[in-house]
Amino acid sequence: MESGKNFVVGIFDDESILLSAIKKIRGNDVKIHECYTPYPVHGLDDELGYKRSRISIAAFVFGLTGTSLAFLMMIYMMGIDWPMIIGGKDHIAIPSFIPVAFEVTVLLAALGMVATFFVISNLKPYGKPVTFDIRSTDDKHVMAIDLAKNSKNTKELSTLLMESGASEVNEKSFN
Amino acid sequence: MDVTSPVREVLVTGNKTYHDVSHDICRHVEAKPNPRWMGAMVLSLGALFVGGYALAITLWDGIGMWGLNKTVGWAWDITNFVWWVGIGHAGTLISAVLLLFRQKWRTSINRAAEAMTIFAVICALLFPLIHTGRPWLSFYWFVPIPNTWGSLWVNFHSPLLWDFFAISTYFTVSLVFWYIGLIPDFATIRDRATNKISKAIYGALSFGWDGAAKTWQRYETVSLVLAGLATPLVLSVHTIVSMDFATSVIPGWHTTIFPPYFVAGAIFSGFAMVLTLMLVTRKVYKLEDYITINHIELMNIIIMITGSIVGVAYITELFMAWYSGVQYEQYAFLNRATGPYWWAYWAMMTCNVISPQLFWFKKIRTSLWATFILSIIVNIGMWFERFVIIVTSLHRDYLPSSWAMFSPTIYDMGIYLFSFGLFFTLFFSFAKFFPVINMAEVKAVLKSSSGEISNKK
Repeated sequence: MESGKNFVVGIFDDESILLSAIKKIRGNDVKIHECYTPYPVHGLDDELGYKRSRISIAAFVFGLTGTSLAFLMMIYMMGIDWPMIIGGKDHIAIPSFIPVAFEVTVLLAALGMVATFFVISNLKPYGKPVTFDIRSTDDKHVMAIDLAKNSKNTKELSTLLMESGASEVNEKSFN
Repeated sequence: MDVTSPVREVLVTGNKTYHDVSHDICRHVEAKPNPRWMGAMVLSLGALFVGGYALAITLWDGIGMWGLNKTVGWAWDITNFVWWVGIGHAGTLISAVLLLFRQKWRTSINRAAEAMTIFAVICALLFPLIHTGRPWLSFYWFVPIPNTWGSLWVNFHSPLLWDFFAISTYFTVSLVFWYIGLIPDFATIRDRATNKISKAIYGALSFGWDGAAKTWQRYETVSLVLAGLATPLVLSVHTIVSMDFATSVIPGWHTTIFPPYFVAGAIFSGFAMVLTLMLVTRKVYKLEDYITINHIELMNIIIMITGSIVGVAYITELFMAWYSGVQYEQYAFLNRATGPYWWAYWAMMTCNVISPQLFWFKKIRTSLWATFILSIIVNIGMWFERFVIIVTSLHRDYLPSSWAMFSPTIYDMGIYLFSFGLFFTLFFSFAKFFPVINMAEVKAVLKSSSGEISNKK
């Protein structure tokens, strides 16, 4: 919310209207602040020009960390700190370390990725949602346009939104 | 863009709008608990307390209260453990494997199935923990900390330890996966809430979710990667559970077929439990438009397939026992089928191999009553399967002088009852306070599946 305080908010009833509206509005050189939808709309990120999320790279790195930590832990405990012969196996018997290494990989990859997701998307217990229209978690698709970032005024933006298929247009100010 | 396949039946019937979806699911969370729910809760709490007595006595006096003896050292406890873990396999299968295969019908059932998974795994974890006798010391055997704070570590060569890692990872990842899916729905409840308390509670639970396109994009990537991680994970869990047996030298346990056979059995019993619970939830919450006969039929087909895999595994085991030429192996299987526990073996065979074959008939797999009854029969069968594998393989030891029989005491039964009480208490609380169907994901498939909304354009 650091960018602006005053927004023009378009409400859309259907995802296909929203998608075509985005095309039209962006075609008119208007910068869209963000869209809020009740469910993941297929193709919305492409229309808004968002790049592919790199969060899967984070998952991979966390997973790799898990694998390495698990092997280091087992090699240290079973092979270096207190070597014991169990079932005639070598002290450092890689095959019997694989199940635990796999589990720790999955654990760290999942937890690390989800933690990354929470941090970058600013999701936290008691986090305050940015609510442009309360119906956006129910059945309406909401498009917010930041007045500070666009040269058009409220009236022009409202007309443009209505022409693109919005069912209503509101203004929203944050203090 | 919108290609609607004519052969596919609609996923959500009743021409629902997006708002109808929110309303149909949220109203159960918003309404006051109804008497039927209270009755069900009292029953499960009753089971929890009655069974809790057996659990308390076991913790106080030790596992000598159980029916175990020198020959049969694993019986009901490990049977229950494997049974509950098995049940806990359907949720992640539905949410992860079916996500990867783009099976959209999963959206109506994944939430409740994942909840069931988490609760079943909690019940499962109880059994090995109390089986250790002194659970308060058990982390010296499971968690990699040096024994008595010296430096003797846990044994990483042991499948029992792998099992600890597998199940705790599975539990954590399933919980996280489930919670990620719940966040958008908690936000819906938060924004609908009219009183302060529920606004505060669901506000906290929803983590400040606002449904921004960028967040949804990340959410979808996270779900997909979690599904990719959870798929091998779910296969690994029961594989490792089966290794508890398969890496031993006991005839009847020491077989390489165990991992795939256990995984198929786990999916089989898990789907059966999902059906048992969903049929009741669907009826009580009037969710017939969301969980349609089509959903039930698809799940029945999965039960039929996995049931057949289990049947093939049983027969392969018998064949291999004979073909191996090993007397011990041959005797173990002969004793299972014709020995003193023959009734358990044939109960298992009837429930698991014969009964799911009834689903070849369309009439049966689309009948609610037949599905409900068969889903319970399958789970009875799967309990007997674990009992047969564990007890009949142990009770006739190598030396006839140590042959013994196992019979459960009231404490064995009480703890099993406790696990049911725990499971249903958790499940009923979930059904009351959480959205039982993933609203956001159902809304996402509504358009491609519901005639009304497609026509509106």
